[in-house]
Amino acid sequence: MSRLLEVEDLRVETTAGEAVVEGVSLYLDVGEVLGLVGESGSGKTTVALALLGYVRPGLRIVAGTVCVGGQELLGLREDERRRVRGRVVSYVPQDAGKALNPSIRVGDQLKELMDLHLPGRSTSSQVASALERVSLPSSREFLRRFPHQLSGGQQQRLTLALALACDPDVVVLDEPTTGLDVVTQSRILAEVARLCREAGVAAVFVTHNLAAIGVVASRLAVMYAGRIVEEGPVHEMLIAPTHPYTSGLVSSVPLHRRPGRLVGIPGTAVGVGDRPSGCAFSPRCSQSSDACTHGVPALVQVRPGWSVRCIHSDRTPAVVRLPRDDQEGAGDRGTLLEVIGLHAAYGRGLRRHTVVRNVTFGVVPGECLALVGESGSGKSTIARCIAGLHAPSGGELRFDGELLAPRARGRSREVRRRVQIVFQNPYDSLNPRHTVAESLLRPLELFTELSGRQARTRVLELLDQVRLPARLADHYPSELSGGERQRVAVARALAAAPDLLLCDEVTSALDVSVQAAVLALLSELQRELRLAMLFITHDLGVVANIANRVLVLEQGAIREEGSVEEILQRPKERYTQELLASVPELPVSGQIA
Amino acid sequence: MTTLVLREARATLPARRRRTGLTVSEWVATSLLCLVLGIAVFGPWLSPENPDALVGVPYSGPSRTHLLGLDELGRDVLSRVMAGGRAVVLLASVATCAAYIVGGVAGLVSGYVRSWIDPVIMRVIDVVLAFPPILFLLVVATGAPHSQMGLAVALTIVQAPGVARILRTATLEASTRGYVEAAAARGESPWYILLREIVPNIRGVIVADAGPRFTVSILAVAALNFLGLGQRPPAANWALMINENQGGLTANPWAVLAPAIMIAVLTISLNVVADGVNRRRDVAV
Repeated sequence: MSRLLEVEDLRVETTAGEAVVEGVSLYLDVGEVLGLVGESGSGKTTVALALLGYVRPGLRIVAGTVCVGGQELLGLREDERRRVRGRVVSYVPQDAGKALNPSIRVGDQLKELMDLHLPGRSTSSQVASALERVSLPSSREFLRRFPHQLSGGQQQRLTLALALACDPDVVVLDEPTTGLDVVTQSRILAEVARLCREAGVAAVFVTHNLAAIGVVASRLAVMYAGRIVEEGPVHEMLIAPTHPYTSGLVSSVPLHRRPGRLVGIPGTAVGVGDRPSGCAFSPRCSQSSDACTHGVPALVQVRPGWSVRCIHSDRTPAVVRLPRDDQEGAGDRGTLLEVIGLHAAYGRGLRRHTVVRNVTFGVVPGECLALVGESGSGKSTIARCIAGLHAPSGGELRFDGELLAPRARGRSREVRRRVQIVFQNPYDSLNPRHTVAESLLRPLELFTELSGRQARTRVLELLDQVRLPARLADHYPSELSGGERQRVAVARALAAAPDLLLCDEVTSALDVSVQAAVLALLSELQRELRLAMLFITHDLGVVANIANRVLVLEQGAIREEGSVEEILQRPKERYTQELLASVPELPVSGQIA
Repeated sequence: MTTLVLREARATLPARRRRTGLTVSEWVATSLLCLVLGIAVFGPWLSPENPDALVGVPYSGPSRTHLLGLDELGRDVLSRVMAGGRAVVLLASVATCAAYIVGGVAGLVSGYVRSWIDPVIMRVIDVVLAFPPILFLLVVATGAPHSQMGLAVALTIVQAPGVARILRTATLEASTRGYVEAAAARGESPWYILLREIVPNIRGVIVADAGPRFTVSILAVAALNFLGLGQRPPAANWALMINENQGGLTANPWAVLAPAIMIAVLTISLNVVADGVNRRRDVAV
């Protein structure tokens, strides 16, 4: 077998001399797909870009070699490297919508690239075959379209076509399916696997989605704090990981076939500047000993083709899947929220676009109802209508029997207090100019009769309730991690002591281990406070871990409704079955602890 | 994800040094700005001579008693420079502040409310912007000659549309943020949302925009005074001095140069300082 790609001892530093990536070695054979997995800040994107001999501004490669197709990249001059990029090694970016030049037509995008690397070969038949390879039409009409006239899946296919256009040896795919819905994602994953097989291209697939990696890759490398901590065959590694971090990651993945309580990983990932000496994972590790803090463990081979960077790898616990402690059935206090024949639309006149059609459902006290659907299915709009942020165009909303005004301003203070919402993106749902305490004090001021000092004490209680240290009270959101911000957002909603909590994709912007922790927190709070939750998500695994009942939405209308078991195990509707079949599945071992 | 990585990359840059330290040019500009503003504000009380008193032969050059020489009527140039800045700076400041109040309210409301109010305000602004500003100022100045009040109002009308447009765009962008929605879901009043949630986040835009805008006001005030449409001649005024003393440019160039330098230093240092504030805004938060 010939090595298409070989990376030795790569080290990337910030200009201040702090290591971002250390001692990374990788190899790829013909037709092989290597999965590179890690959470934000682990250095996986930095490694991916270094494979093209590129680093982001503020970083530099200080040591190591990157050999692609027998050519050493790092020793080349910048203009020579540019000739290699796209022809020998190419890149598929994360967000295709942003990566494609919006003012160049589809055909010209491809032609431009081919003219650059393969002068004289950019015939229209070449362009057509590049498109056909990724199952895109090659009609003249399609070639004349602009990127914004393509769907998200088509845009991603176009970036694949661009990456493969000049027959490269190696393709680097940087989270190519992150922004896509499950159905499109599963199609793109299958496409990537097929193309690599057919074209004999080797690929590095960077992702944080462990289940997706199982579908495309044959080998897996897990990164933590800038180093590879475990590398081995995908399926075996996902079933029986030998590094405690990999084990924790796998335990954090919510599975829709196995409803369970997620364990997650204690602590938070370390940043670039504050990596501990010795094993970087030891502060979060259940099996660490004194020896772990002395020197970085070496990458040791445990089985052929499988190596791990842990001195106690023989003690690594098996992947844990705890059963759900199921909540006692909902009380008999009747329905808390009733949504009756809800219609909602955006725009006016000719541009009016209906996104929610005749949706009727109810939420009873103490239950968690999940609203599931692909992007554009209207699930967020329903939450916005209930929160009073979007006026419905038809239908009725009743809360505790009382009719809800369309806008939050028109509702009584008591109703506003009892219905709270947590938003998707923790990076913009907290005002960057307000400290954590200021953000939490405002709802207390509005909705409670607490005095200044009592409110201040309550803020600390709330922080404790969402498992955050009290010292964060005077921090600004920019000083917090994504998971910490989302906890603050949850605390802000809890400050009002609500009866109904609307959670709009609250974990989709978070890393998988952080997601596990936030989900665990939410289900604990739900039980403790007997909260009713409307949980909006596109992730069926998350549904299995938190919800009691599920509503499946398609294009603004309810497709199917039932208990979690019914929907996930025995879906009746074709659409639900399709949705379930598209979810990439993690190989699991038999046991449930 | 991308923003996350960018945030990380930015965090790895030596941001702290850039955040606190002033560059040499900013340090010089800040000192010069303070000096010129100090002269403009306190000069009238500190001037060595009565700026209106005739103390010698017109256009005599610098001497030990009159450091910058005398002007066309034999008045002390140094005293007139010290006394002649207040009117210019005051008028420009009043006009800029008024423009921010009028334009700021229009921009915030138009950017946040977005009902019928938005198109109405924007069309009014388009109409105002359709008049060439200099022509408009000249018409007002000729209509109400030597009226400081008239000039201030005219300058405000010229400046306010620009302020409104910039703040409307910034408000539009900020009002789609999650924290604004969270406030709306709490049932906060529009004024609370504008003043507590949005304004603190667009403060940087306001500061960065105010520098160049104040400069434009100063130059407009100077231009109108130079054309004789501002203060009446016996008054000490930098722009008026440049106009009055042109005839003696060879005999005592300081009579023209000194006030011209003051205006130049004021506007240039103001812009450097505004640029510095703007640059720091990108780093912070």
